Amino acid sequence: MNSLGDSGLAALRLIAELDPLLASIVWRSLSLSAAASAIAILLGTFLGAWLAVSHFRGRGLVLALLNTMLSLPSVVVGLGVYLLLSRSGPLGFLGWLYSFKAMLLAQTVLVLPIVIALVRQVVEDADTSHGEQLRSLGAGPRLRGMLLAWDERSAVLTVAIAAFGRAIAEVGAVMLVGGNMDGFTRVMTTSIALETSKGDLPLAMGLGLVLLGVVLVLQLLLAGLRAWLQAQDAKGAVP
Amino acid sequence: MTSACLFDVQNLRVALTPRRGAPLALDGVSLKILAGERIALVGANGSGKSTLLRVLHGLQKPLSGRLEIPTPALQAMLFQRPVLLRLSVQNNVALGLWLKGSPWREARLQALQALEAAGLGDVARRRGRQLSVGQTQRVALARALALAPQLLLLDEPTASLDPHSKRVVESTVEQFDGTMVFASHNLGQVKRLATRVIYLEHGRIFADLPVHDFFNHACLQAHSAEAANFVKGEGV
Repeated sequence: MNSLGDSGLAALRLIAELDPLLASIVWRSLSLSAAASAIAILLGTFLGAWLAVSHFRGRGLVLALLNTMLSLPSVVVGLGVYLLLSRSGPLGFLGWLYSFKAMLLAQTVLVLPIVIALVRQVVEDADTSHGEQLRSLGAGPRLRGMLLAWDERSAVLTVAIAAFGRAIAEVGAVMLVGGNMDGFTRVMTTSIALETSKGDLPLAMGLGLVLLGVVLVLQLLLAGLRAWLQAQDAKGAVP
Repeated sequence: MTSACLFDVQNLRVALTPRRGAPLALDGVSLKILAGERIALVGANGSGKSTLLRVLHGLQKPLSGRLEIPTPALQAMLFQRPVLLRLSVQNNVALGLWLKGSPWREARLQALQALEAAGLGDVARRRGRQLSVGQTQRVALARALALAPQLLLLDEPTASLDPHSKRVVESTVEQFDGTMVFASHNLGQVKRLATRVIYLEHGRIFADLPVHDFFNHACLQAHSAEAANFVKGEGV
């Protein structure tokens, strides 16, 4: 099993046979990243929209911090969450370390700044364009932000897909706080790292192919959803 | 019987942008607006017409001066280039009513009635972003009028419209029986719609006259050579 070709063929066999180990890891990865992205989208859309239409002292500093967090290495996020959840940390009493919940928290923390920053930009542009008209109708800042976010839902959808992409491809944070435990906290990226180090290249390649496949499906989904939204906008009448 | 005073503005100064040291868009503007008046704001681009409307509507804060509202009146504003949200036309109109406190179901019914009254019943279920510029302006006007305002503020309401839409919007505005303040470059429209004309230049009021005095060259010349030159330049 040393050659790339042999490993690739063995990987395809694992996928074709729906290998239970592979399937469980894929399922855990998808559910973890979907849940983290969903939480981040809900919170991030609200915070991003609010930030876009709010003016307060120190806003520039908040935006600078937010932009810094966009390029935060995932292992640093993992370390931060680890320190929070460790026995002596402020959230140690929860007992979440090396659990699915810890990984969920780490991925959410990792993805949240991306959602906030991108939604803020989308809503701020819309607010500059026609936010004043909503103000004129009596919409307060929070409601205006949410109305504009809803109006720009096609762009927010792209943000959601980007968030999911970032979450599912992440390895450092979940490795640190999840511990990569077989059957509990092992996900695709941590498995690829482990199996490669063990020399089990077929499983590592199989997981890698699935990961690539997920990203491809996401891109197709995004293209399809955007096309559908554009078609809805282009339709003459609302059903 | 004297009309109620809606606005008493004294020595208003407004910056062009919130940045410190920004140039002034309005510089020492004073005026009173009485109920029932139809005031046209005229002047070249950048003279402060839109800023004055925005300040009256509460969208922009003055740097200094006094802006009193002795008799509060329900206001609505029509923007030069209204943007409808990605909702149905009916829901776009209903949104304005809902934001003013009507329950959503009731707001949708009222919106449909307002659209039908404006002759736009056929576009009620179409998407807001699918309308032409003229239709969008008419829907935005219907949305403003659906609020039953006592004061209507219009920022160059027919500036980018085709002749037909221009006529429709103008005739709708003409039928409005409340107080109205509108900015316009169209002096013919000013003559048809206004009872009083305010000429602005570089953020200052140079003339504030009843409409027939404003279009009387000798009278206008006696009040303001700048305003007389502007009207002459417009070929009226």
